[in-house]
Amino acid sequence: MNSRIDSRKFKSISRRELLKLTPLVALGAFAVPKLQAPLLKAGLGFSDWASAKLCRSGHLATTFADSDVTPFSKFPINGYDVDDPGVDFDRWTLTVTGVVQKPGDYTLAQIQALPKFRQNTRHVCVEGWDVIGRFGGTRLSDFLKAIGADLSARFVTVECADDYYEHLDMSTALHPQTLLCYEMYDQPLTREHGAPLRLSVPTKVGYKQAKYLTDLKVTHVLERVGYWEDQGYSKFYGL
Amino acid sequence: MSTQAITIENAKTGEVTEAVYEHPLIVRLCHWANAVSLFVMAGSGLQIFRAFPSFGAKIPQKDLLNWPKSLAIGGWLGGALQWHLTFMWIYIGTGLVYLSYQVFSLNYKQVLFVPRDVPGVWPMVRHYFFFGPKPPVRDAYNPLQKHAYTSVIILGVLSMATGFAIWKPIQFSWLAWMMGGFHLARLWHFLIMWAMLGFVFGHLVMVVLHGWTNFVSMLTGWKKDPEYGSK
Repeated sequence: MNSRIDSRKFKSISRRELLKLTPLVALGAFAVPKLQAPLLKAGLGFSDWASAKLCRSGHLATTFADSDVTPFSKFPINGYDVDDPGVDFDRWTLTVTGVVQKPGDYTLAQIQALPKFRQNTRHVCVEGWDVIGRFGGTRLSDFLKAIGADLSARFVTVECADDYYEHLDMSTALHPQTLLCYEMYDQPLTREHGAPLRLSVPTKVGYKQAKYLTDLKVTHVLERVGYWEDQGYSKFYGL
Repeated sequence: MSTQAITIENAKTGEVTEAVYEHPLIVRLCHWANAVSLFVMAGSGLQIFRAFPSFGAKIPQKDLLNWPKSLAIGGWLGGALQWHLTFMWIYIGTGLVYLSYQVFSLNYKQVLFVPRDVPGVWPMVRHYFFFGPKPPVRDAYNPLQKHAYTSVIILGVLSMATGFAIWKPIQFSWLAWMMGGFHLARLWHFLIMWAMLGFVFGHLVMVVLHGWTNFVSMLTGWKKDPEYGSK
């Protein structure tokens, strides 16, 4: 049954209903220049937090048959700065610091003395392209155990010859497919691809796979997050 | 469904009109929050696309199109990802609230496209696009509207599924697999966006054609003088 009301009363009902939409004005805060950056930072932070909660950290990345691997010549070279920072291979060592029992300088031969693993995995770039590559190296987890790392620490950070820097959370560092990579396509790493040592982390996006490693630290605290993360990229970006 | 209806009497002129409460608050809130988030998702998505405007290999890279930066949101890839990953939660959230409401209130019955609506689609298309006779209006939503609103919900769900397949291809490897692989999932995600923008275009044309009282009903909930009458 219809109730009969005066047109002025209808106007006030309508106005009241319209005012109920005011919570939407909160979205307008994203248009305010001063609030935009902190809001988006919070939004990305929430997205990273939710991703870390929802992702199964031990989940294995898909591996591929040799016939699926992208030819080496078509594996892109992506650096933020130089393709070759001029590492002196004869004098190169990986300097290990932080909460480890055996800190110090490790030679490539010492790292290669640990069991070697080879895997065909997909390398996914934040830009949107991907390639399937063949990577070989030492499991980071084996290396961490060899240096007596405190595995209850939260992060493993790396620094690079080209001043790039990155971090991995401990569960990613201990992931069985996370490699200290010294081979691609069964050949020693080329300079453009990060010789003599890089990270291969198939469960994370490309910018986590730092090249030209020089320093590795096991730590409870992050002093800085990563080169791209500090420009505004996702800190978590697990695939 | 009982739709709340009232008769309005203008005290001065004595004119009498009817009004129907068409859109409850929750639907209106979801509609506008979703409109904003869809705008941001498309704009930031196009900026993300600009970082690699191709669906093929990286080497050699064949660009599909050079989308202008001025028609994108975020300024650069990192900025666009911040927008995309922030508003994606609002987009999914409003979608879930809307769908839950439709299901639990049983209001979905008035807008869900069902087989019995099929015969009514063509007469509506003929009316809108080829100046055919106007089919009799019986319900709040005609068969073509039901088709459009049901399709866009399916597109919304697909946009989310394809998005997750690109964003978390290892966690959701089964999703990427269902879409024909990681590569194709990115293409589907892109095409679904255009399909949704196509819906938005058609929707806006209809809003203009149906006039002010129709538009106001999505703001206040009340539609004055509805063409289908109150029951």
